[in-house]
Amino acid sequence: MDTLRYLDNVATLHLDGEACVGCGECTLVCPHGVFEVNEHKAALVDLGGCMECGACANNCPASAITVSPGVGCAVYIIQTWIKGKERATCGGGECC
Amino acid sequence: MNMTPKNENCSTGQEPCSCETQAGPQPFPMHPGEDVVCCGSPVRPPSSTLERPGYRLWHFVEEFVETPAGPVPRVKTSLARPDILATALARMSSFRNDYKVEPGLYCVGRPGPDSAVLVSANYKLSFDALRKELSGLDAWILVLDTRGINVWCAAGKGLFCAPEVIRMVKLSGLEEVVRHRNIILPQLSATGVSARDVEKGCGFSVTWGPVRARDIRGFIRAGMKAEFPMRRVTFTFAERLLLVPVELFLLIKPTMWALLAIFVLSGLGVGFFSFNAAWLRGFMAVCALGAGIFAGAVLVPALLPWLPGRAFSLKGAIAGLLGGAGVVLAFWGRARGLEDLALVLFAGVVSSYLAMNFTGATPFTSPSGVEKEMRRAIPLQAAALLATILAWVGASFAG
Repeated sequence: MDTLRYLDNVATLHLDGEACVGCGECTLVCPHGVFEVNEHKAALVDLGGCMECGACANNCPASAITVSPGVGCAVYIIQTWIKGKERATCGGGECC
Repeated sequence: MNMTPKNENCSTGQEPCSCETQAGPQPFPMHPGEDVVCCGSPVRPPSSTLERPGYRLWHFVEEFVETPAGPVPRVKTSLARPDILATALARMSSFRNDYKVEPGLYCVGRPGPDSAVLVSANYKLSFDALRKELSGLDAWILVLDTRGINVWCAAGKGLFCAPEVIRMVKLSGLEEVVRHRNIILPQLSATGVSARDVEKGCGFSVTWGPVRARDIRGFIRAGMKAEFPMRRVTFTFAERLLLVPVELFLLIKPTMWALLAIFVLSGLGVGFFSFNAAWLRGFMAVCALGAGIFAGAVLVPALLPWLPGRAFSLKGAIAGLLGGAGVVLAFWGRARGLEDLALVLFAGVVSSYLAMNFTGATPFTSPSGVEKEMRRAIPLQAAALLATILAWVGASFAG
């Protein structure tokens, strides 16, 4: 994905270095290589690559990772604006 | 019941044939020992011994193998013609919305109590993608009920989740089938699955498999370890083009409305409405619409890394404005200045909006980014559309 980059400085991903136990689970589940573990601590090496899928936060045993997960889909976001987050769907199977 | 047709005219279709109404699993023997039939069409083969009343047997099931948890279908590891045709249909229409296999335990090869367990979604394309990579391997496949949605999207929707994994592990009787206590989940399901919750809930530990099913073999060979590239999502030229047919399919209905609007707006003029103008000017506008759709739904996916900018709406606007300029050149001399402007803008707006919607189909756009992009792009797109309409209708009155 080195040739395909989306907007920088928008991802809501946050890593609490204090809380990290260095298990490396985040490096296994992240599909964009956002994390690296060095000296028993995870580090964000490519925050701009984050697509906020939530896999890391979901599988961090120390709850050291927070991210506001969601679907990066325009149709879905328009619906959250109109109908609210609870009732929004991806229209007609547009995205997923 | 007659065993032979009495009437010679039966085969010519002039008289009803007594065996045409014949139904049932056994072929109707015209002459004992012969597979020939009355009325031309050959007899279909008898029902498979695997079939059961009330069920329909999938063509990919080879046989059922007995396990301590009951019979488990052994599935083929190659795709057949019906799989390929249905895949094509799913790739280009709403057929994909309800194309699924039944959740439960399947197997490939000759798996035993120590064989690996691969977990998958019950979207048929996901299931096919997995089984076709497993030739020569002995493994169990545990298919979850993800409502016919693929692994990653089901995980994003919370359908491919720890409670569902736990439910299917228990329902399938997996712990009676295998001695070990480990299951391999596709990496992308991590968006919905907490590995710890799975282990707590059913005693099976989770190993994160590779992103793509085609890396499963290498993953197993490497001792259940995925190399770095196996853990990364890609979005290659071929992967992007595969999404184009569905994007176009989804545009059929909105396009109909756009055509109606074009017809009405193109006919408006000093004489209130002119069918002649609706047709002549409408044709140019329809070409601009076509250019916008082609730019936004085909060129943007195809040329994504090479179009300038990060925001999809910008990439789409550039492709669309160029397409609109092409339409103006094609009609050079037939349109007036204001109309030229409207045609270029129109293609740009259509393409920009469609490109922005394409974010939902890509594997790298963050929702925060898409929302930020949309807050900027939508007002601009709306303004450009309004300017397009004013210029188009205004040109008619000015002329």
